[in-house]
Amino acid sequence: MNILNVVLLSIVWSIFLIAAGLLILGVERKITARLQWRVGPPWWQNFTDIIKLSAKETSIPERANRFIFIFAPIVSFLGALAAGVIIIFSLLYGISFRGDLITVIFLLTLPYSGLILGGSSSGNALASVGSSRALKLTLACELPFIASLVLIILKSNLSTSIYNIVNMQKNTGINFFSVSGFIAFFVAFWGSIGKLGIVPFDLAEADTEIAGGALFEYSGILLGFFKLTKAVLFIVVPLLLIASFFGSFNVLAWILEYLVIFLLLIIVKNTNPRLRIDQSLRFFWKVIIILIIASFVFMKI
Amino acid sequence: MKKIIVPLGPDHPLFEEPEFFILHCDGENVVDVEWQAGYNHRGIEKISETKHWDQVTFLVERICGICSNSHPVAYANAVENLLGIDIPERAKYIRTIISEMERLHSHLLWAGLAGHFLGYNTVFMWVWKYREPLLDMMEMLTGNRNNYSMIKIGGVRRDINDEQIKALRKTLDTLKTQNEMLTKVVLDDPVLQARLVNVGVLTKKDIKDYGAVGPVARASGVDIDVRRDNPYAAYSFIDWKVITRENGDVFDKAVVRLLECFESIKIIQQCLDRIENKKGEILNEVKEIPPGEGIGRHEALRGEVFHYVRSDGTSSPIRHKIRAPSYVNVPTFKKSCIGQTISDVAIILAGVDPCYCCTERVSVYDANTRKKKNVTWTEIVRKSQEKTKKLKKS
Repeated sequence: MNILNVVLLSIVWSIFLIAAGLLILGVERKITARLQWRVGPPWWQNFTDIIKLSAKETSIPERANRFIFIFAPIVSFLGALAAGVIIIFSLLYGISFRGDLITVIFLLTLPYSGLILGGSSSGNALASVGSSRALKLTLACELPFIASLVLIILKSNLSTSIYNIVNMQKNTGINFFSVSGFIAFFVAFWGSIGKLGIVPFDLAEADTEIAGGALFEYSGILLGFFKLTKAVLFIVVPLLLIASFFGSFNVLAWILEYLVIFLLLIIVKNTNPRLRIDQSLRFFWKVIIILIIASFVFMKI
Repeated sequence: MKKIIVPLGPDHPLFEEPEFFILHCDGENVVDVEWQAGYNHRGIEKISETKHWDQVTFLVERICGICSNSHPVAYANAVENLLGIDIPERAKYIRTIISEMERLHSHLLWAGLAGHFLGYNTVFMWVWKYREPLLDMMEMLTGNRNNYSMIKIGGVRRDINDEQIKALRKTLDTLKTQNEMLTKVVLDDPVLQARLVNVGVLTKKDIKDYGAVGPVARASGVDIDVRRDNPYAAYSFIDWKVITRENGDVFDKAVVRLLECFESIKIIQQCLDRIENKKGEILNEVKEIPPGEGIGRHEALRGEVFHYVRSDGTSSPIRHKIRAPSYVNVPTFKKSCIGQTISDVAIILAGVDPCYCCTERVSVYDANTRKKKNVTWTEIVRKSQEKTKKLKKS
């Protein structure tokens, strides 16, 4: 594959990620609405939201640090997109390099970093509370998420390429069906709820407490970038879980596995109130950490 | 460490009405809380001095959309106290039925909103779905989903017939099962307990210090209820009990409200038994109001509402004083919010079910000094006297 093809394909897959993310968020809103006895918005609502946001004026507060304020949403958006493209390339085309799992882990921390930087640069009390919460939450949920992926790396003979990890599961058996993999999957699942920022871990935006939190001062297309980031993450994070826990090269299987994870996310979202920040930290550092240790203990099984 | 000021309001998703809370925070912890009122003051007391006695009943209904039966009942109690008359028995039962249905709908509304404030939108939507048939019943009985216009001095405006009673019984039975399910779900949820238990605790002493009333006081173990302590309407003829809890946290406030719903259903069912298949007067016509003064009390949804009227024999009151329960409940924030986190403060503020339009007082913004202050009664009197003098001179 020459370099031009790769560039073209990345653009195509980026557009796919954005479209699929917005679509799946629309489905999510529709299912949530039906669970709550509402009619809910039509499935294309998120597309119109983004189009509307891009047409709106972006106002930058006087006290904000302009550079960080503008670049934070773009960085977090590009981070999520790049992670998605890397995963798709290794799954579909087998284009993989040593350490791309670590790159993806790094890129997936960018969305939260963008939120933290954007919130704290906007010079607003509510936004700074939001970004301080986002910071604590990243510290909390990043640990189990990364730890469970480290377990996967250890299980696949220290291979850090996503393609190899998926390929290896053909011979050694699917990670999810081993004891340690099963435990680690749920650890990673809770971590990814924190990373996606949905209830019960939506404290960074908590609209009834701090009125949008870190996003408080954002408007126009910059807010649109944060919304797009969320949409892309909704595809990318489950995709990473699928690659590392349900390794297979079958598109139909991916869609099924994705839907299962998606449904689990919706169930958790709709049956829980928002947790306090200290309770979230306690949850990740006291409850989830036991599961992590257990999964490392049973690593050989 | 430098303190930051986190504003909650004047327009904030937490409040349905414009209201301003200034939280002085140290990180996430709230060190101090200030409250600024004066965003939707309408001068109802003053307006009522220009209206006819009968019109005031419907004016006070507009004080608050949710208490739109409580204020008229308290006002009618006050005027009937002034007149020294009693109302027909059937009217008493109908007043009780409407009051308790209002309590049911308000408590369910609060439970839904509390869920929303906690980010638990499923509870929010489900509870409001359960509440919907109740509003339909209200429309059937009174003609309006809100602002019922049911109370009149000396009785009520509409009678309830047997078909309506049948429909109402059916709705109440379904509501009871739904409420049982809801109570179980809410009270047994470990995550909800983690968010609500031991949050915003008000002790018995705090309640006495601030003079808080209603479910807020009852959740802290203070056993007060105007319906029992100073019975009016049909409450003394009926078997029911006052719900109290001991801890005084937000969880207990929720428990008190949810259990009061069952009591309300019980009260309505007994009232329906007494008026079914019977006919009777519903209005004791009042022709003229003599000079004098009267007080009326009513256990509204959030606590005791108090009305005072004075007459000089003309067609409108010369003084009408209203004290709504939120006016004494809101200052308890000073005690319950300090030392909590911002997340908890949101639910503590919602926990007393504050109603700001009842509580509003005049406030004046001085353009020169850029300061805002609330105006006291003596100051208003002084200002109006000055204005009268000025008018007399010209």
